[in-house]
Amino acid sequence: MRSLAEAIFGRTETALAAFILLAAAVFSFASPYFLTLSNAADLVEAYSVTTILAAGVFVVLVSGGIDISFAATASAAQYLAAYVATSYGFPALPSIALACMLGIVLGSVNALLTYYLRVASIIVTIATSSIYYALLIYFTDGTEIYNLPDWWSDRIVFFRYATNSGDIVRITLPIVIMAVVALVTRFLMSRTRIGRQIYALGGNPEAASRIGINILGVQLFVYGYLGFLAGIAGFVQAHRVHQAVPTAMVGQELNVLAVAILGGATLSGGVGSMGGVVLGVLLLAMLQNGLNLLGVSSYFFGVVIGLAILVSTSMTGYAEKRMRRRHVLKAN
Amino acid sequence: MNPDIRRGARAFTAPLDRLIAAIRGTATNVGGLLLLLVALVGLFSLLLPETFPRPTTLQAMMFQLPELGLLSLAMAIPLISGGINLAIVATANQAGLLMAWILTALMPPDVGGPALALWLAGALAAGLLLSIVIGLITGVLVAVMGVHPILVTLGTMTLINGFSIYFTRGRTLSGFPEPLILISNETILGAPISFILFVIIAIGIHVLLTRMPLGIRIHMIGSNLEATRYSGVDTRRVLVSVYLLSSLLCWVAAIVMMARFNSAGADIAQSYLLITILAAILGGVDPYGGFGRIVGLFVALCILQAISSGFNLLSLSPNLTLAFWGLILLAVMGIKRTTASWRARHRST
Repeated sequence: MRSLAEAIFGRTETALAAFILLAAAVFSFASPYFLTLSNAADLVEAYSVTTILAAGVFVVLVSGGIDISFAATASAAQYLAAYVATSYGFPALPSIALACMLGIVLGSVNALLTYYLRVASIIVTIATSSIYYALLIYFTDGTEIYNLPDWWSDRIVFFRYATNSGDIVRITLPIVIMAVVALVTRFLMSRTRIGRQIYALGGNPEAASRIGINILGVQLFVYGYLGFLAGIAGFVQAHRVHQAVPTAMVGQELNVLAVAILGGATLSGGVGSMGGVVLGVLLLAMLQNGLNLLGVSSYFFGVVIGLAILVSTSMTGYAEKRMRRRHVLKAN
Repeated sequence: MNPDIRRGARAFTAPLDRLIAAIRGTATNVGGLLLLLVALVGLFSLLLPETFPRPTTLQAMMFQLPELGLLSLAMAIPLISGGINLAIVATANQAGLLMAWILTALMPPDVGGPALALWLAGALAAGLLLSIVIGLITGVLVAVMGVHPILVTLGTMTLINGFSIYFTRGRTLSGFPEPLILISNETILGAPISFILFVIIAIGIHVLLTRMPLGIRIHMIGSNLEATRYSGVDTRRVLVSVYLLSSLLCWVAAIVMMARFNSAGADIAQSYLLITILAAILGGVDPYGGFGRIVGLFVALCILQAISSGFNLLSLSPNLTLAFWGLILLAVMGIKRTTASWRARHRST
């Protein structure tokens, strides 16, 4: 019989949901501004870029790999799009398509190197990350592009709603893109052939190869998908800050990885759900906002994220360990 | 003792003996790296006959090497044990901040003589204590909770950086007493004190990893943690020692970094984190654990430093240096892969 505590904490998603409810209860009790609709929309928008990237990293993690070159890829894609849009007057769609294509190409390079060199993907992507980023800074001299065209930097609001208290809720472009990415990723991972192949590859690469899954093909898809999402994230990030800066996203690698892991993806692969990733982002966003409203210094937030990662990974790690021990006992 | 029993015992321990011999054996795959280093030095000497093969260039390289070197050692030990420590730069910065805070905020400005020595010793001891605490916490989390070290140290890294940023509000502390600065400014027989310190520590770690029981055990848990546990080794203790050692090396790196930059802060040298992994892997450390030697790491660091200095003298951008480092790593990996498959093919025929 599974105890209640295990039923709750055995799955990362339920544990996250429980934490979110707890945090929401505490914060809405402590501050009247928390849990207003406009506040929620702002929160979600602030985390849109992180979520888009985390969705791609999640897919790579499920396949049993790690990629930390996505920040460099996103920066490169963003810069390329900004460059052709400002210097050659490319319209919206071709610019975005170019950014995504660069992302797919750079991601595929990671996949090919990982496959043919038979090296841990973290090593390959550390190397390619250095190369992509260094070349980007070298060719751009680190200069920003400020004069983004209007179609890019204008705020696009899909839905506007004034609450009774006079606050305005805006559903903006980043929120919509983030939602679409989350839904597409979820569909891809749980309802398609390639999604199941990704889980199979992460669960047991040897078995996956024996049943005839094309390992290289799946890896190309996985890293290409992250590259594609990195292109989109680069576009959204420039849209939010109205400029393209080559260094804007570098240093975000480990934060995004932390978000994906907080959501229940493991490093050994084969496990995790997109819903968990979204819940992980939600928890972080709520903690940050709640602490802000309580007047806790924003400098303190790093401490909170660190604790959240340690607590969540320790809990799942400990649960797994207990479960393994129980299996051993049963087998005897 | 009865010779039969002794022979029996020897047969029983033969695989372990072979393992220890393999760990102690002369560096076989360092040859290729040395060749690469010689080729690079030759290439730069051809391109820059006036400036590269000069004692001053060598000395400049020795000034720059120690901080990355010490941090790479701090990364290599967990890697050999099959883990990783992503918190090394965070640990070094926090230890540096604590020592810097004691030396700038607590210590009266006009202290001299024995009182200054006492203050310095106190600051160093505080930093040492902090790094021990961090190492113990990390080690216990890895050993007891059974969580992958990437996750644990990703968490501790974020936590440590969080505290550093919270306490400093992003500011840096600078202006340290003269004796501390000397570590990175003074030379003995032409070699900077920091470089001598690094070499001594590297030799010490090499001896520890190859000649001492703890070192052999670190290699063993890197190869197979469960098998090591079943052979009667207290793997938890070994894991805690691994992260304790790593953290202690961060403390030494913190002292060298304070001396070199004359400042301490939460954001200093963050870009070193991934470069230390790059250096360790280039030096032949197996990212899956179990293998790797400090000699290889040392040669790899020399290769990286030679590229950096050579590019600098050629007035190429430091960004190209970083790109070239990445390329070198991929190239070395590719060569290893092809030679391995070539060997496998020739063995089978």
